[in-house]
Amino acid sequence: MLCQECKEKKATVHVTSIINGKKTELYLCEECAQKKGEWGFAAEPLSLHNFISGFLGGLEPGIKPKTELPGISRCEKCGLTFEEFAQKGRFGCQECYEAFSSQLPAILKKVHGREEYRGKIPRRTGGVLRKKREIEDLRKAMEKSVKEEDFEKAAEIRDKIRELEKELEG
Amino acid sequence: MSLDKKIKKSQSEWMKGKGPMGDVVISTRLRLARNLADFPFPGRAEPGDLKEVRNRVEKVLEKLNYGLKILDLKEIPQLERKTLVERHLMSMNHAEDGPEKVLAVDEFEMISIMINEEDHMRIQVLFPGMQLEDGLRLINEIDDAIEEELVIAFNEKFGYLTSCPTNVGTGLRASVMVHLPGLKLAGRLGQTLQLISRLGMVVRGMYGEGSESQGDIFQISNQVTLGASEGETVENMVGIISKVVEQERQARQYLLKNREDEIRDQVQRAYGLLSHAYRMNTEEALGLLSDLKLGIELDLIKEVEPSILSQLMVLIRPAMLQRIMGQELESGLRDVKRAELIRKKLSGGESHVR
Ligand SMILES: [Zn+2]
Ligand SMILES: [Zn+2]
Repeated sequence: MLCQECKEKKATVHVTSIINGKKTELYLCEECAQKKGEWGFAAEPLSLHNFISGFLGGLEPGIKPKTELPGISRCEKCGLTFEEFAQKGRFGCQECYEAFSSQLPAILKKVHGREEYRGKIPRRTGGVLRKKREIEDLRKAMEKSVKEEDFEKAAEIRDKIRELEKELEG
Repeated sequence: MSLDKKIKKSQSEWMKGKGPMGDVVISTRLRLARNLADFPFPGRAEPGDLKEVRNRVEKVLEKLNYGLKILDLKEIPQLERKTLVERHLMSMNHAEDGPEKVLAVDEFEMISIMINEEDHMRIQVLFPGMQLEDGLRLINEIDDAIEEELVIAFNEKFGYLTSCPTNVGTGLRASVMVHLPGLKLAGRLGQTLQLISRLGMVVRGMYGEGSESQGDIFQISNQVTLGASEGETVENMVGIISKVVEQERQARQYLLKNREDEIRDQVQRAYGLLSHAYRMNTEEALGLLSDLKLGIELDLIKEVEPSILSQLMVLIRPAMLQRIMGQELESGLRDVKRAELIRKKLSGGESHVR
């Protein structure tokens, strides 16, 4: 049997992937298996970009991807078009996330099941978000103090919140 | 250099040690995808951009206290690059020719950082056994240190911005490699794997063609990077994998209690073949090594070190084998040399007392 990926070498590897309960089977040569990252862990979980392309109509023959939708056309910084993104499943630069932002939440929700970021915040570029989260935490602490009738502490926290809010506006 | 020495020199730290839950968990890997804010992602960058990215990242890495050695992949022969892939230090993709590709790696081969792969940086840590929490701690520390010096692509809505939408958010992929021969022999493997995959994990395994009996090694990794924090992702995985480990241990005890003769026979046959065969391909070797490892963990075989599977599953790979043997080998000869290497390892080339 020939490798289903390169269709040149003999398939020596039988790969079974299970994602969300769906099983896919592949017969690959050693090299392609490694390339696909099915061996060892040099790899990503099954790439979803084909799926994204399919979602956007990029791969279906005869069907043009919907690049004419308002608000999505081309990233001005790197020049990537939405069509190219749909085909390759890769962004060109960080500005692409802005350029295609009208379509992204739907795509990311399909990929991840959720669309809201909840992870770590870098100190440099994440300053605003860091402050917002801090304010959120302080608000909770303030409510707690009020409930415990520790008004002095609540007032202290309120001042801190105001300070942070000022910094945010400035 | 003697063969013994060459074997020793070819082992990463994670292959030698038995980590937590080492009876079932082979290794833990975490990686973060990161990009510099001011440059296009590598897939769309000009060579000049990539050079600048490389210079900036290298300069930062040199300042860190992890003793990272910086390898310019252009200067490294193809076969040697493949050994880095086989040792799980970088991706196959990164071994291919391309502009300004770099790998930074520490002397224990625990930390490795790819520069200009699909993202500007792929930071990886690799530990023996089950060490997701420690892994997260270390990789966060490295990430923080890098972020002190570089402006990283990030936005509030989507988190860390990556080339592929499957990585955006935390950019974190955590993978745990597990060895599940007991569940397979007890006929409960399929059901367990299905369950794991329904819990938001990706399970991948590899078998020899036409049979499910080779290797019994699976990778379990998180599927999503958006919607859960790094801590939640890891916590969730710890819960799931602990369950898998528990199930595997139960299956092994069940087998020992109810099918001891059969298991003993299978294990000792594997040991016999591995110790005496003259030729062996990778698939057969992995299947037998899996049986042998099961025997060691069930205390049916006492004179072989438990890390034999972690070591040999890497050392018998084609590029590693050729590196250890110090020559290029065509595949027929490789099978002979592979068997020689395995025999050497099992015959007490090093001390094997547990
Ligand atoms: Zn192939
Ligand atoms: Zn762009």
